[in-house]
Amino acid sequence: MRQPASVAATLERTDMSEEDEFELEPIEILELPLDAWHRGKGARMVEFAGYHMPIQYEGIMAEHIWTRENAGLFDVSHMGQLMLTGDGAAEALEAMVPGDISALKEGKMRYSLLLDEDGGVLDDMMITAVPMGLYVVVNGAVKWDDMGYLREHLPDEITINHMDDRALLALQGPKAVDALKRVVPGVDALYFMEAGSFFWGPKTDPEPLWISRSGYTGEDGFEISVPAAHAKALADQICAQPEVKPIGLGARDSLRLEAGLPLYGHDMNPEFDPVEASAAFAVSKRRRAEGGFFGSDRILNALANGPARKLVGISVDGKMPVREGAPVFAGDTQVGVITSGGFAPSVGAPIAMGYIDAGHNAVGSMLEAEVRGKRVSVTVKSLPFVPHHYHRKGAHT
Amino acid sequence: MTRYFTEDHEWIEVDGDSATVGITDYAQSQLGDIVFAEVPATGATLKKGGDAAVVESVKAASDVYAPVSGTVIEGNAALEGDPALVNNDPEGEGWFFKITLSDTSELDSLMDAAAYKAFVDGL
Repeated sequence: MRQPASVAATLERTDMSEEDEFELEPIEILELPLDAWHRGKGARMVEFAGYHMPIQYEGIMAEHIWTRENAGLFDVSHMGQLMLTGDGAAEALEAMVPGDISALKEGKMRYSLLLDEDGGVLDDMMITAVPMGLYVVVNGAVKWDDMGYLREHLPDEITINHMDDRALLALQGPKAVDALKRVVPGVDALYFMEAGSFFWGPKTDPEPLWISRSGYTGEDGFEISVPAAHAKALADQICAQPEVKPIGLGARDSLRLEAGLPLYGHDMNPEFDPVEASAAFAVSKRRRAEGGFFGSDRILNALANGPARKLVGISVDGKMPVREGAPVFAGDTQVGVITSGGFAPSVGAPIAMGYIDAGHNAVGSMLEAEVRGKRVSVTVKSLPFVPHHYHRKGAHT
Repeated sequence: MTRYFTEDHEWIEVDGDSATVGITDYAQSQLGDIVFAEVPATGATLKKGGDAAVVESVKAASDVYAPVSGTVIEGNAALEGDPALVNNDPEGEGWFFKITLSDTSELDSLMDAAAYKAFVDGL
């Protein structure tokens, strides 16, 4: 596994992931529309996915807890916002994703996976049916690869528009709805995994925003696509609400880990298919019956017979964090590897996720992880570590 | 008693042939919330520049190196129950370990407080 670096080396490390193999080598580190805004709020900036990004403002722990109890504003403008247009876009995209995209109704969104020809996961993404076509949000670190891959495999009559003139903000937390409905009236009508266009700003010159009720923290919340030119004014207005503080990538990572949500390039990569990645729910019923997507033989076989290994939650005995790359053992036999791990502020203990071989990955399985040559007891746990609090239609609130 | 500093952001306070070692206030402020610290066992032999302890923030694990060679007299047991001591009092109660120096001339290569301040200001 990766050895720790010196304190000085840790401080000098600007790339928060260290895992460059899934990222294009950036020619230069780019600035996002809110770069100066973050610096003005006291953010510490790091390089992530080819951009300068805020990793923290007042501190990861405090920002994490604030988001779980109030509302946190995240700048996720590094992510790729794509618009697919043209007749048959949904059907064409279904060759590469295992979800029922053609059945998606306008204003509804679905979590899906971009598959390589062997059924390996190239990216995870949110797909929303919009009047124009499909609005797709992909991970920043692989967005250029995704666009090339989609262009290669989609018919020429389907247009891919990279909306790089728009910023993307996420407002997450139990009080996100209270704060946002003051700024953008009507957003409280959305349920989890619904999206729509909402007007913001003066009645004489309102600006349409594309807003979904979704996120990456396990909490209720919204993701807001805004023209880059208006991003600062919107961020200022949202942050002026008493429930809201700006939150960095560090807390975004600890929040999503507690919520059991995978991080692409770490918990998912082309080596693993969707069933191994514990994302079988993204393989829609109709697609299971019909097959006919990249890697469908492998994926349907894994659904029928169980995957050879699976992404699972892992709780850790004691206080020592078990991090990405740590091997996991049953006795003397290595049965898996940790793909994400760290201290969980809302749990008050270290937690992790990793791929564990069949026969050892049932909930409750007692295993050992190796950290700096020492064994630490770990237990396979059901995900999430912290319950989701989504605003689902039909659920009691 | 004299306090010296390393480019790896450790401090060492020397009293005769024994010394106390920790990480600097600058280091803790940059690392952020400390959630775990592992200190060396009493009697362990440390080599200047070798691994001595581990400090983990929410995000990352870092090695703490031995500023000088010597034998560990005591690790700070309080850090096990309260690793946040490293944030709250890095150059006091948040010390990592005490050692007996095996070669006091090794101190010559370390920085004094003024030199370390200049070093940090230049980062």
